[in-house]
Amino acid sequence: MSGEQAAASAPRGLAKGDLGIAVGVVVVGLIAAWQTTEIPQSAYAAVGPRAFAWATSAMLVVMGLFLVKDAVTGGWSYETDDFGEIDWQGGLWLLGGLAVNAALIDVIGFILSSTLLFLFTARAFGSTQLVRDTVIGFLLAFVAYVGFDRVLGYKIGSGLIERLI
Amino acid sequence: MNTLSHLMNGFGVALQPMNLLWAFVGVTVGTAIGVLPGLGPALTIALLLPLTYKVDPTAALILFAGIYYGAMYGGSTTSILLNTPGESATIVTSLEGNKMAKKGRAGAALATAAIGSFVAGTIGTIGITFLAEPVVNLALMFGPADYFALMVLSFVTVSAVLGSSAVRGLTALAIGIFLGMIGIDNQTGQARFTFGVTELFDGINVIVVAVGLFAVGETLYLAFQKSSKNQDDEVIEVKDSLWMSKEDWSRSWKPWLRGSAIGFPIGAMPAGGAEIPTFLSYYTEKKLTKYPEEFGHGAIEGVAGPEAANNASAAGVLVPMLALGLPTSATAAIMLSAFQSYNINPGPQLFATKPELVWGLIASLYIGNVMLLVLNLPLVGLWVKILRIPTPLLYGGILVFATIGTYGISRSVVDLLLLYAMGIMGFFMRRYDFPTAPVIIGMILGPLAEQNFRQAMTISQGDMMTFLTKPISASLLALAVLALFGPKLWGMMRKG
Repeated sequence: MSGEQAAASAPRGLAKGDLGIAVGVVVVGLIAAWQTTEIPQSAYAAVGPRAFAWATSAMLVVMGLFLVKDAVTGGWSYETDDFGEIDWQGGLWLLGGLAVNAALIDVIGFILSSTLLFLFTARAFGSTQLVRDTVIGFLLAFVAYVGFDRVLGYKIGSGLIERLI
Repeated sequence: MNTLSHLMNGFGVALQPMNLLWAFVGVTVGTAIGVLPGLGPALTIALLLPLTYKVDPTAALILFAGIYYGAMYGGSTTSILLNTPGESATIVTSLEGNKMAKKGRAGAALATAAIGSFVAGTIGTIGITFLAEPVVNLALMFGPADYFALMVLSFVTVSAVLGSSAVRGLTALAIGIFLGMIGIDNQTGQARFTFGVTELFDGINVIVVAVGLFAVGETLYLAFQKSSKNQDDEVIEVKDSLWMSKEDWSRSWKPWLRGSAIGFPIGAMPAGGAEIPTFLSYYTEKKLTKYPEEFGHGAIEGVAGPEAANNASAAGVLVPMLALGLPTSATAAIMLSAFQSYNINPGPQLFATKPELVWGLIASLYIGNVMLLVLNLPLVGLWVKILRIPTPLLYGGILVFATIGTYGISRSVVDLLLLYAMGIMGFFMRRYDFPTAPVIIGMILGPLAEQNFRQAMTISQGDMMTFLTKPISASLLALAVLALFGPKLWGMMRKG
């Protein structure tokens, strides 16, 4: 209810971010529909593997179109927008940490790779205490590895440090 | 009588030393993650899902249920002392609880929250105990068509009715169903939505989606947000006694009971959701109180009622989960996938085939509630320390555990990249106000709905009318249509 009232009083116009999301949903729906046509038909079952795939694709496209309609008439995200200013530096440090982790984990192993991820993340949240973060990150990754891999039976694999313990 | 003897057998299971230990670990971990802002039970249980390869089902489910209950208790501590709700269901608690704490009444607020949680959790567990069998008996009459209709109803309520927008809720649901469909169709053996990637043939693990949405998404959101770094949220110190005064007691006990009465039925309905009962309870207490002037400035009723409602509805959610196999919250959906990894299907048959598991689990909830009362009152100082972990270290740690939860089960960088993709999706969903719980529910429940749909169609020899000619299925579908379009029609009728 309050949403409708807020929309009525807000300046009507195109909400770019919202439109981007809405178009994204439509595109995902279309990709799903295209992939549905790639599913081989099955003659054996009353309902084949395509039926629900079609339904889901259609639902995505229809919902996406509703969102497009919302976005061109003022959008919705301003109602709850509490994001404020963007911190590019913090965000990029974090994305960097994720990329480093994905690139190195197979090469140097979980413990060292996770220590790096920890360092990058701490930096993303404004920490500059490199030594403290390295020590804590390493210890945490080490303990987590021993706990999960050796005690709980996860299979985290080997690496430079893992080989030694 | 039958119920009581089942429950006694359940206590026999739950009181075994190893199971007591699992319950204790569960409630402790649960409280800790409930206290920590940004971590929830759905995420934690998802991270621990691989344990199901290692420990027996009873132990794992007792652990997960302990985490689930514990998070509800821990969340209130954060809302009272930090004013940053640790759990979405404890937003309301912070309205009055934080004000009480600022006035030097943190101890009383924590006490009424913890005791209220205990009272409501116990009432809710009694509710599960006695409601489970009637629901099971009802469910035994359900055929595949009825189950399908029930799932449709539940899809509509969790995504379209509870959130702020039906369209965004249903979009999230559709994404979940899409993700759940990726992989080999287990009835025909055809690959669906795999884009030719071999790693996707087994489907996407729910762990990857849950951890991506909840942990990586949340971390990305905060990392990109400037205001998250200069928070000077001080943890308020507990200076007063944790014993409530006589007046506190007399003002608390009715809200506890009313909160339980509001929370449990709403939780138990195939709609779920813990936020709505807390708001309902808050407004009820505000209406009924003798001290309306205190509301907004730290009224104890405003803590006691919503906390009770929150815990009672958490218990209520377990009724459809156990008796029907129908998860109505993200946490319940992930618990359902824990059952699935043991090839156990919750639902009416489970009560017949594995009574020791179900009743052991229910009995452990009673025990867990007692443990939680002790953990959260005398030991509250311990949790306050956890609240003081600096944000950079907290989120660094969360991502290390997120890596373990995904890479640690498959050793596949593809899963790690999927995790990040889910994280980016979670970021945008949070930024553009899409609910995330329907994604998880759709992912788990979608395949079950499809399976029931197909079975029903096989039985009816391809006649779609079967969903409308069976009375249970027809009424459930009618309810779903009403829930979806009712609010809109109502609004149009009032205007016109």
